[in-house]
Amino acid sequence: MRIGVFVCRCGTNIAGTVDTEAVARQALSYPDVVYATDYMYTCSEPGQKEIQAAIKTHGLQGIVVAACSPRMHEATFRRAVEKAGLNRYMFEQANIREHCSWVSNDKKANTIKAADTVRMAVEKLRVNEPLFSSRVPINKRVLVIGGGVAGIQAALDCADGGLDVVMVERESTIGGKMAKLDKTFPTIDCSSCILGPKMVDVAQNEKIKLYAYSEIEAVSGYIGNFTVQIRKKATYVDWNLCTGCGVCTEKCPSKKSYDKFNEGLATTTAINIPFPQAIPKKAVIDPKACLYLTKGKCRLCEKVCQVKAIRFDMKDEIITEEVGAIITATGYDLFDASVYGEYGGGRYPDVISAMQYERILSAAGPTGGHIRRPSDGKEPKDIVFISCVGSRDPSVCRPYCSAVCCMYIAKQATMTRDHLPDCNCYVSYMDIRAPGKNYDEFVRRAQEEYGVQYFRGRVGKVYPKGDKLIVQGADTMLGAQIEIEADLVVLATGIESAVGAEELAEKLRISYDQYGFFMESHPKLRPVETNTAGVFLAGVCQGPKDIPASVGQGSAAASKVQMLFSRDTIETDPQVAMVNELMCVGCGKCIDVCPFGAIQWKTLRDGSRKAQVLESVCQGCGLCNATCPPKAIQLRHCKDDQVLAAVNALYA
Amino acid sequence: MKKYLMENLQQNSTEEQKIRIIGFLCNWCSYGGADTAGVCRFKQPTDLRIIRIPCTGRMDPMFAIKALINGADGVLVSGCHPNDCHYSVGNFYARRRMEALKRFLPFVGIDTQRFHYTWVSASEGQVWQQVVTEFTEKIHQLGPNPGFHINPDIQQPLSLAL
Repeated sequence: MRIGVFVCRCGTNIAGTVDTEAVARQALSYPDVVYATDYMYTCSEPGQKEIQAAIKTHGLQGIVVAACSPRMHEATFRRAVEKAGLNRYMFEQANIREHCSWVSNDKKANTIKAADTVRMAVEKLRVNEPLFSSRVPINKRVLVIGGGVAGIQAALDCADGGLDVVMVERESTIGGKMAKLDKTFPTIDCSSCILGPKMVDVAQNEKIKLYAYSEIEAVSGYIGNFTVQIRKKATYVDWNLCTGCGVCTEKCPSKKSYDKFNEGLATTTAINIPFPQAIPKKAVIDPKACLYLTKGKCRLCEKVCQVKAIRFDMKDEIITEEVGAIITATGYDLFDASVYGEYGGGRYPDVISAMQYERILSAAGPTGGHIRRPSDGKEPKDIVFISCVGSRDPSVCRPYCSAVCCMYIAKQATMTRDHLPDCNCYVSYMDIRAPGKNYDEFVRRAQEEYGVQYFRGRVGKVYPKGDKLIVQGADTMLGAQIEIEADLVVLATGIESAVGAEELAEKLRISYDQYGFFMESHPKLRPVETNTAGVFLAGVCQGPKDIPASVGQGSAAASKVQMLFSRDTIETDPQVAMVNELMCVGCGKCIDVCPFGAIQWKTLRDGSRKAQVLESVCQGCGLCNATCPPKAIQLRHCKDDQVLAAVNALYA
Repeated sequence: MKKYLMENLQQNSTEEQKIRIIGFLCNWCSYGGADTAGVCRFKQPTDLRIIRIPCTGRMDPMFAIKALINGADGVLVSGCHPNDCHYSVGNFYARRRMEALKRFLPFVGIDTQRFHYTWVSASEGQVWQQVVTEFTEKIHQLGPNPGFHINPDIQQPLSLAL
């Protein structure tokens, strides 16, 4: 190989403390080096021209530039050598500025160090080989998992941009948690008034294919080319025929079914449409409550259905969809308040969760929007809100802040005072966290204009006395014990990851934190991407956040997909792992350690199993390379012999 | 031409100045941290030679052993702080391997103090300065690696095995 070495003086940045001329002269003594020089500014236009001219006149096959950090100019020089006809990976950069000339004033020691660094680069270059990136076509369809507000926003943004969208929703209607809310903070906007039109848009958009009452069964493939299997759960109703008229739900004799939409405050029928604005507005039979499916007698819905849509023999169906990118917007679930036995959640009927209270406040809820307590239907005179139930408490493994509770308590207390001006509202809080636009003003208004009484401190115990609940706690500001006789206690239950989040993450090969929230690629700079290329995050599945943040992240995820799909093919980075099948013993260790699921089994014709790298999925970390016992898997451009060449340059 | 020009330069240097420490730095955090230290002109000893690897998860213990057996006076490995790995888990694997390696070094006759691993983020220029200074001082105290004065008949298979 004919190698050329260019030592940059970088003005006086390098030449001030390194004898660049001596380094260049020394470089000529290294094996394969046929040309070496120093230059004032190698990265400048004439500097690059100099390299290109030398490649031509001296027939150079590899270039070493000793200059600044490769994090600074590696791309620049790679482009320069590529223009002169070399492969971009036949270039090595020795860092003699940040790691050498700038960290010591000892010119002699620096010069020796620079020469060593150049030698290491030369030795590595000698075992480099040209690498070529390949291009893979992109299937320009996107899968959105979850039909809450984040998923809806992401799906609409993608569809409005002309992409085909497949949306999968676990429940029988989209809308997510936001659909259950009565109002939203801090503007007291009617939740269904702002969400409803968006839900209708999803239903009416020709670009969006909605699979409601469905779940992700399996995901395979990689960025640009995922294959997704979707389980369409049996609804026992032919949705192509069902008009959502609701006659069946009126006639159904099984009326004791748990009403999930109303958080168990009411009961519902076995055949059910969760709420009037449901999208799609189709009935679903709960097989655990249906008299015919459990006891073999009834079929009343079948008789009353005008369009003959009931199908008792319906089975789950697996559908395969091909997509190029995936947006995960699976949302959250709420903390189970019964974990705190001292509050009596789940034990006393008048100790309810804030989401249940939200349903009570809602005009479409079980009480028609009249505030009545669940036990006896009386209007409460004193309500205590307890914040941080399942938030910021390491003792229940929830040390994080749920980000929305302080705000929704302020909202619910304000609305309570609006509905029932005589009702006293007390809020027990740890700290008030209101870091949003107009948020702190909103909390202040609750305190100052609406007379909601905030006291700082924890409630220790809630117990019944007659038809009242005694709330005992401490006011740490006054340093006093307090006791309130309440009619209703509302627990501000925190956010936790959705049921099944971990399983989904494993199917998608994305990582999740210890609480089950999906991990973003970088907490600050890549909050929407995951470490699995082509999978993006939106909404609370990534961590607790409020509606505007979820919507924002939904749009961000959509724009990431648009960016990905703005080209027809994607160029793969050739610095990926590759398997030498002759050496691979098929132990599968590389498959186990790969954080990206980029390695899979491949069966040869003789039936033996070998590891195979999916080049477009591999991110080039080299974990497999260090793990592989026979060293059969090697990370291109950072192979064992390439690293050791640099090591041996110093010591051998 | 002038094949051993640099040797002339080195002939004047004392035994202590000939110390060579090799550093394996992950591309995303520690290499950036070392760059930051340079940009901030945080002065450091000059004995360290840095090799950039994509992730400490790429760090094969073999690299350290090869270097130490061949005469490196010290080996320093540095990556992203736990939970900050660009590849999400690479540094956790690295931590296990490096811990195992540390316990293994005495068996091949290498002073454990000649090997050190740590975590430095791309913003921690000052921390990097401190890491380099402390480790270099320690290696200077230990002096040059005595190397392997063993029978070449044994050394050959040993180096093949590694």
